[in-house]
Amino acid sequence: MNTTVAATHHHGPASGIGRWLFTTNHKDIGTLYLWFSFAMFLTGGCMALLIRAELFQPGLQLIQPDFFNQMTTMHGLIMVFGAVMPAFVGLANWMVPMMVGAPDMALPRMNNWSFWILPFAFSMMLFTLFMEGGAPNFGWTFYAPLSTTYAPPSVTFFIFAVHMMGISSIMGAINIIATILNLRAPGMTMMKLPLFVWTWLITAFLLIAVMPVLAGVVTMMLMDIHFGTSFFNAAGGGDPVLFQHVFWFFGHPEVYIMILPAFGIVSEIIPTFARKRLFGYASMVYATASIAVLSFVVWAHHMFTVGLPLAGELFFMFATMLIAVPTGVKVFNWIATMFRGSMTFETPMLFALAFVVLFTIGGFSGLMLAIAPVDFQYHDTYFVVAHFHYVLVPGAVFAIMAGAYYWLPKWCGNYYNETMGKVHFWCSFIGVNITFFPMHFIGLAGMPRRIPDYALQFADFNAVASVGAFIFGFSQLIFLYNVISCIRKGKQASAEVWEGSHGLEWTLPSPAPYHSFSEPPQVK
Amino acid sequence: MMNSPNNHKRTVTTLVLGCVLMFGFGFALVPLYDVFCRVTGLNGKVELVPVHPDKLGQVDKTRQVKLQLVAVNNETMPWRFKPEKSIVELSPGEMYQTAYIARNLTSGFMIAQAVPSVSPSEAAPFLNKINCFCFERQPLLALEEKAMPLVLSVNPKLPEHIRTITLSYTLFDITPENEQVAALGGGSLR
Repeated sequence: MNTTVAATHHHGPASGIGRWLFTTNHKDIGTLYLWFSFAMFLTGGCMALLIRAELFQPGLQLIQPDFFNQMTTMHGLIMVFGAVMPAFVGLANWMVPMMVGAPDMALPRMNNWSFWILPFAFSMMLFTLFMEGGAPNFGWTFYAPLSTTYAPPSVTFFIFAVHMMGISSIMGAINIIATILNLRAPGMTMMKLPLFVWTWLITAFLLIAVMPVLAGVVTMMLMDIHFGTSFFNAAGGGDPVLFQHVFWFFGHPEVYIMILPAFGIVSEIIPTFARKRLFGYASMVYATASIAVLSFVVWAHHMFTVGLPLAGELFFMFATMLIAVPTGVKVFNWIATMFRGSMTFETPMLFALAFVVLFTIGGFSGLMLAIAPVDFQYHDTYFVVAHFHYVLVPGAVFAIMAGAYYWLPKWCGNYYNETMGKVHFWCSFIGVNITFFPMHFIGLAGMPRRIPDYALQFADFNAVASVGAFIFGFSQLIFLYNVISCIRKGKQASAEVWEGSHGLEWTLPSPAPYHSFSEPPQVK
Repeated sequence: MMNSPNNHKRTVTTLVLGCVLMFGFGFALVPLYDVFCRVTGLNGKVELVPVHPDKLGQVDKTRQVKLQLVAVNNETMPWRFKPEKSIVELSPGEMYQTAYIARNLTSGFMIAQAVPSVSPSEAAPFLNKINCFCFERQPLLALEEKAMPLVLSVNPKLPEHIRTITLSYTLFDITPENEQVAALGGGSLR
């Protein structure tokens, strides 16, 4: 440890803005990713609040339908590509090298590049809001021909922004795989890797497999729009349904890209606060891998209503339901870990527990949607909106927050304010459920998604959902305040931080030194 | 395991190669999808090449199939477009000739392309077209009217449970894509 301390003195962070622009340090880049994703989370959140404000009452009050469509589109794109994915990459940057006992990421300069592409990609995408014809308004799934023949001129900027995000994600994924495969400390075998590392390794392979397909599909759009090809144009011999197949071939694994690292975070937190080892480590690894494999053969369950043949509907229905098995294994393992544990309920644990419960609710509504015949009823209704928000907000986002609270003392050396953390948790928990639970009911009653106005019978539940959205939205400011004050000062954290913590990252002092594990630790 | 730049090189090369392959796979999905649809007849896609009359098979007089002919104008396509006869009964194997009537209601030269679709899609491979106006682009002068021929036959191998087949044509305006031809008044097409 002496060498580490000495190294810190000689090679501390550079001063000024240059530290952040030119840094190749995995901790700095992790911090950049996390702040960037939080900024995007607030941006996309403001759009969501605008949507919910408009939907508070039937009729058009605040915004015009075309702008409403721009808001739903941008909200989805920003939350998926700007908030959730970079947050996971940020956590991976911070934690993966410390968890496997590596001094840094495998390719530090590429790491810098893969982060710094993102602000440019998102500036480009956000500036479309001020362009003639407005921002993309065709939904985050950008189905052709809405996104080709009928798209606003700004679609070209959207396409290039997606290209840049894709390049950033691919570089991030390559870096993470190289770090995990090549830089593990002596004795750190694959089956000793912490689950966060395992889930990220599998996620990174998913990214490598599907981000190029996304790049391909937007390239085809670009060619259809500007170079006269007819990939998705029926008049020229193309097929708009083909767009949906290619998009969802990317889109479904993408869903797991956004949830597998969350599984990993929760699998770190629950054993710590239950003060027991994780139940069924190996089965967790295999379950994650089988979810990843299955994700490639279920994409058409997003398209049950395009006129698939009966055999196709059945295949995709049963394949989708099969995913519930490995997911069920995971939920079982988390609960078995807690069984007879001596649990305490600090903020990370509260978020992790809420994750298990609410993600499972989202999983069950997913099972309902997987049933092809009833999906004809649910398709494109608020039931779908309720489902994917349950798996993404109290799923992915809660896991990210749990992770942030869990590792924050390790990052800045101080504990956050526990009371404030708990207030943040309860406001978020109540807000999320008030927002999204009523959407199940209005969806089953037939309210379509992506509409700025709706029939009167949906008015009450929409008003309730809007109130919940504002509670959830504003409670994130508590989180922001808590994080900032934790960085400034707070109760000094020990190396272990939590009583029940296990793993290499907890052997480092808090805050973790700028350069850690310059000498590889020995793992027994 | 530590400090192994050679390992990095190998890992990165493999992964970049994987990315390039998957990018290619995205584009390969286009012909794959087409082939898949044609082989299985899914998605109501039909062969856009004529079938030779000799390959129609024996006429099966024991059953009748109802054929519904549908005409659809895509978005703002201003032509009048309808089938000569919208419902016909025919025996499998029998050759049937009909036409779709198109009239260009505008005051300018236009070029159209008809795209067929068959429902139920299971029947698509059994609908043999000997001649179809959808095989070619259809140019019409201002206010010109034309009977566009369609010669088809239902293959006797059509599964017993299919009693009704719907053949739908959607007419697309492809004048903008063929501006040079249009500027010449369609001379090269006639």
